[in-house]
Parts: sequence; C-alpha cells; structure tokens
Amino acid sequence: MAYNPITRARAKPSGGRGETLVWYLTRLSAVALFVLALSHFSITHFVFDPSEQTAEWIRENRWSSLVWRSFDWLMLMMVLLHSALGMRTVLSDIVTRPRARMLVLSGLYILTIILFVLGSAVVFTLPGMEVAAAR
Amino acid sequence: MSRYLGLAFTYRGGAGSWAYVLHRLSGIGVWLFIVLHVLDIWLVGANAEAYDEILAFYASPAGRVMETLLGAALLYHALNGMRILLIDLWPSLTRWHRQLWWLSWILFFGLGVPGALIILKPIWQGLIPAVAGLVIPGVR
Ligand code: HEM
Repeated sequence: MAYNPITRARAKPSGGRGETLVWYLTRLSAVALFVLALSHFSITHFVFDPSEQTAEWIRENRWSSLVWRSFDWLMLMMVLLHSALGMRTVLSDIVTRPRARMLVLSGLYILTIILFVLGSAVVFTLPGMEVAAAR
Repeated sequence: MSRYLGLAFTYRGGAGSWAYVLHRLSGIGVWLFIVLHVLDIWLVGANAEAYDEILAFYASPAGRVMETLLGAALLYHALNGMRILLIDLWPSLTRWHRQLWWLSWILFFGLGVPGALIILKPIWQGLIPAVAGLVIPGVR
C-alpha cells in the first residue's frame, strides 16, 4: 500500500473508488473527532470529575438536554466510523490469508453494528428529557 | 509473531517510523477502550447499578491511572493525526514537517501534564501532607 513518506499515513489511493472513499471518510471523521472526542474528554475529566457522573447524574444533567444527546450520538457515529475504518487497515495488514481476513473483518463489522445499536438505543430511550421539559 | 514485530518496527518499509507506530498503537488502544465505553454507557439505561459500579472503578486510583494513559493515547493520536491531515491537505507543508513534529510534542506535554495532574489529583493530594510530615517535624 502506498504511504506518505513523511507521516507514513496512507497516501490517497489512486483508482479504486471504494478505497478513496475510505481515505476521505477516515479524514473527515478525524476532523470531527478532534473537536468532539477532545472536548468530551475535557468535560468528563477537567470540568467534572469521574466520581460525580453517576447514572442518575447523566439522566438528570447531561442527557436532560437535546443538544448533549445529539452531541453524544454524533460522536458515537464518528468514532465507530473512524475506528472501524482504522481497524480494518490494521487487521488487513496482520491477517493476509483471504478467507481468514474475510472472517476477521466480518467480525469487526458485526461488532461495530452491535455497538452502534446499543449506543443509539441508550441515547434515544434513556428517560430524562422530561426533566428538561419540566424546567 | 516475528512477522507482526517486523510490521511494528519497520512499518510500511520505513526506517522505524516511530510516529506512525505510536499512531497505530494509540489508535488500537483507544478503540479497545471505546468498545468497553459504549457498553458501559449502554448500562446507564440497561442496569444503572452496574454502571455506577464501573464508574466507581473509573474514579478509583487505578482507574485514574488508566484514564491518564487513555488521555495520553488520545491526545497523541489526535495531534499526530492533525499533522497527518495538514500534510495530506497541503503537501507544501512538508517543508515544515520537523517543526510540526516538535509543535505536536510541545502541545502534548503542555496540555498533557496539567491534564494528568488534574485527573490524578486525589492520588497526589494526600501525599503532600504525608511527605511534609516526614520532612518537617510537627507538620501533619
Ligand atoms: C481525536 C481526533 C483523531 C484524529 C485527528 C485522528 C486521525 C487519524 C488519521 C488521519 C488516521 C489515518 C491514518 C492513515 O490513513 O494511515 C487515523 C487512523 C486511525 N485512527 Fe484516528 N484520529 C482521531 C481519533 C481516533 C479515535 C478516538 C480512535 C479510536 C476509537 C481512532 C482510531 C484509529 C485507528 C485504529 C486508526 C488506524 C491506524 C493505522 O492504520 O495504523 N482515532 N486517525
């Protein structure tokens, strides 16, 4: 696979629409995560302390706001997209036999879909919005 | 195994590109945490008591050391990722790649050390009076 001689990151693929799309989506989601993931880490560790963010606190504070539910759902999608594409590259480098590679990558995609379903379920269904409505 | 070690150390044929080896390792590490983290947040709805137990671990000394390492991996990956993106978008920046490399390390330590101190505060806070008590007689 061609790579950038300075950063050793994947070079933009020439030809092959699918791989070019993967290259762009990795970078697009990376820009989003630079903002979303770094601010999320700062809020959960520097603004608040891990010890205070109990399930009740999440219900009544963070997720009583539609803005933060949307923020967290967008972050979920971006991180699953970015890391699934990234792990696809990593695993394809390690597992080279075609059948084994297909099995391993299928496992990665299934795990990613499960995480997307569970993460979306809790963002959408956790009670707490009525707390905001009552204010 | 030897093939995998070779992959890690002469990744993509380069003469030991540590920046990218670290990018890959930090990406894998953060991904492993994300798998755990989506599941623990799912528990907020499915089993709040179990979530609170996991949270108690995150807030414990061992959990805080883990979060510091997680934060370091995320910050390194984010900064090096930005360096990759900038050079991808504007290849003319290649001229300044050494400066970008040093800039990313300045930001890593400049932001990372204060961040680590905040996360680890409950651990070192207790140490100050203890150490002072050893050094200065009469102080507890
Ligand atoms: C915070 C902002 C982030 C930025 C700016 C960023 C940037 C990047 C870039 C540009 C690449 C592509 C490298 C290439 O094409 O060779 C990459 C790869 C990767 N990223 Fe990220 N990323 C970020 C966050 C994350 C997060 C949160 C995770 C994990 C959940 C992650 C996991 C990965 C993985 C596994 C790879 C593949 C590494 C490889 O091919 O060796 N990244 N990242």
